[in-house]
Amino acid sequence: MKKHRISRVLRENLVGYSFIGIWIVGFLVFMLYPFISSLIYSLSEVKILGTGIDIQFQWFTNFKNIFQQEEGFAFVEALIDFLKELVFQVPIIIVFSVLIAVLLNQPLKGRGMFRSIFFLPVIISSGPVINELISQGAGGANIFESYGFISIIENTLTPAFAAPIVSVFSQIIIIFWFSGVQILIFLAGLQKVDRQIYEAARVDGAGPWESFWKITLPSLSNLVFVNLIYTIVLLATFSENKVIVSIKSNMFNINTGYGMASAMAWIYFIIIMIIIAIVALIFIPKNEKIKGVKR
Amino acid sequence: MSTHKLSPMQIKIKKFFFGTHVTDSFFSKLVIYVLLISIGFLYLYPMLYMLSNSLKSQSDIVNPVVNWVPTSLYFGNYQRAFLVLNFFPTLWKSLIVTMVPALIQTMVTAVIGYGFAKFNFKFKKMWLVLVLMTFVIPVQVYMIPRYVMFFNMNLLEKPLSIILPALFGQGVNSAIFVLIFYQFFRMIPIALNEAAEIDGAGPYYIFFKIGVPLAVPAFITSFLFGLVWYWNETYIASLFLGSGYPNMQLRLANFVSEYSQMYASEALLRINEGVRLAATLLIILPMLIVYFTIQRWFVEGVENTGITGE
Repeated sequence: MKKHRISRVLRENLVGYSFIGIWIVGFLVFMLYPFISSLIYSLSEVKILGTGIDIQFQWFTNFKNIFQQEEGFAFVEALIDFLKELVFQVPIIIVFSVLIAVLLNQPLKGRGMFRSIFFLPVIISSGPVINELISQGAGGANIFESYGFISIIENTLTPAFAAPIVSVFSQIIIIFWFSGVQILIFLAGLQKVDRQIYEAARVDGAGPWESFWKITLPSLSNLVFVNLIYTIVLLATFSENKVIVSIKSNMFNINTGYGMASAMAWIYFIIIMIIIAIVALIFIPKNEKIKGVKR
Repeated sequence: MSTHKLSPMQIKIKKFFFGTHVTDSFFSKLVIYVLLISIGFLYLYPMLYMLSNSLKSQSDIVNPVVNWVPTSLYFGNYQRAFLVLNFFPTLWKSLIVTMVPALIQTMVTAVIGYGFAKFNFKFKKMWLVLVLMTFVIPVQVYMIPRYVMFFNMNLLEKPLSIILPALFGQGVNSAIFVLIFYQFFRMIPIALNEAAEIDGAGPYYIFFKIGVPLAVPAFITSFLFGLVWYWNETYIASLFLGSGYPNMQLRLANFVSEYSQMYASEALLRINEGVRLAATLLIILPMLIVYFTIQRWFVEGVENTGITGE
């Protein structure tokens, strides 16, 4: 009997691994190996020769150079700009998607049509497309400019703070465009809330205001966390993001090369991880461990 | 907390934003519609802008009186954008690096998700956490060595450089698809598997005969999302495919320079926003068609596949 059980456990292990084995192979070859190589590159001078690549280990020279070389300054500046924008954009996207999801959760005519409209940007927003739209003035800049909104901000705040806010408003539509998936996730969460809870609350004298704060929002708290992470990752990996463009251009720059580009990528990676860790510490749903994160 | 101390105005303001589920007054409904329609318009604004301006001739574009509606429908922009983009050959290239990886990724991640959902094996939690990690880690960190690797394997500028990672569950947003299938297969009662096992079916037979047929909605949703994400993916494509295998997005990114090369001699046909927006519209057109024919699968898919958890 005991022998049979052991063989059953072993069998389940084997079968399980036969299913996920392809992922593990892919992970080792396409993730772990490049990940470690990238760390080594960032600590080395990498030269491309006709015969292959030449890697000279040199500790933190690349990282120091980022703060001493012109290309490095440009990168750091792009990084700071990106972080400032992230601080404004992520809350805007989350609040906006909660608002839209709550509106769409009402029994309305044409609900499906509105839902399709709000999801449409997911279908079409790629780096070059959004780039074209912003550069051709379709990003909404003209709507806000025509009300003198932007000049008010520029006149009342210091340039360091005004710049990211202005850039947020001049791209406000495009920022909204990043909320398609989040809206649907919130909406799906709202639809799982039992209507009877609202009725019970109403009988007990709660108005819509209390219902929103005490029922709707708590029921979304897990999803707020999921969507925060999703939004940060979405913005951090968007192909027209300045930091990413900077890293890519430095890859093929003779003065910097793969070594310094890798060092930049690592700085970027570590900063993103710190942001995600902070968000996780603040927003991770209580009573739930890591395994529940994506559910 | 109760509301009885509020003035009627305050109550109105609150209803303004949240309405109630049971007693939706005419007023709150009206406000919701107005909000939704105006935000919806803002959302569609870039699209409408694109459509309107791409149909304007040069004189319409510089004419300040002409706002939304062009004086006459002008298709010259589309004609030239079509030629510069080299539309059909580029479309074909794009379809290969979109459909194939999306299809392969869907099938592979289904297998992986099923493995995570239905079997208990050692280090399962560790692997699941690593799956999540692959989603969060910025591509840039591992892309340079991957580039070198593909260079050594002589895969650069070939569709295989996009397809190969997808085959091993490491493609664009693969982690999300693994989690979608993981979540989906977990909802199928394990008793179903056990019953089939008692009848003598092996695990792979059960996967194909019970798991796959039940997961058809998840397959469709995953494939569609894969399609869209691969279509819109530019960073990896610009590195791996580059100018040797330009897809739609890369053509659009280089549109200005390619246009000026093609029409260098003709001063009258200088590049303007009309042509650029026509090109942009041509790029998004295939996905728009897909979306509007089967949008139900996109929108409802997010709900049906249980990505939000139970």
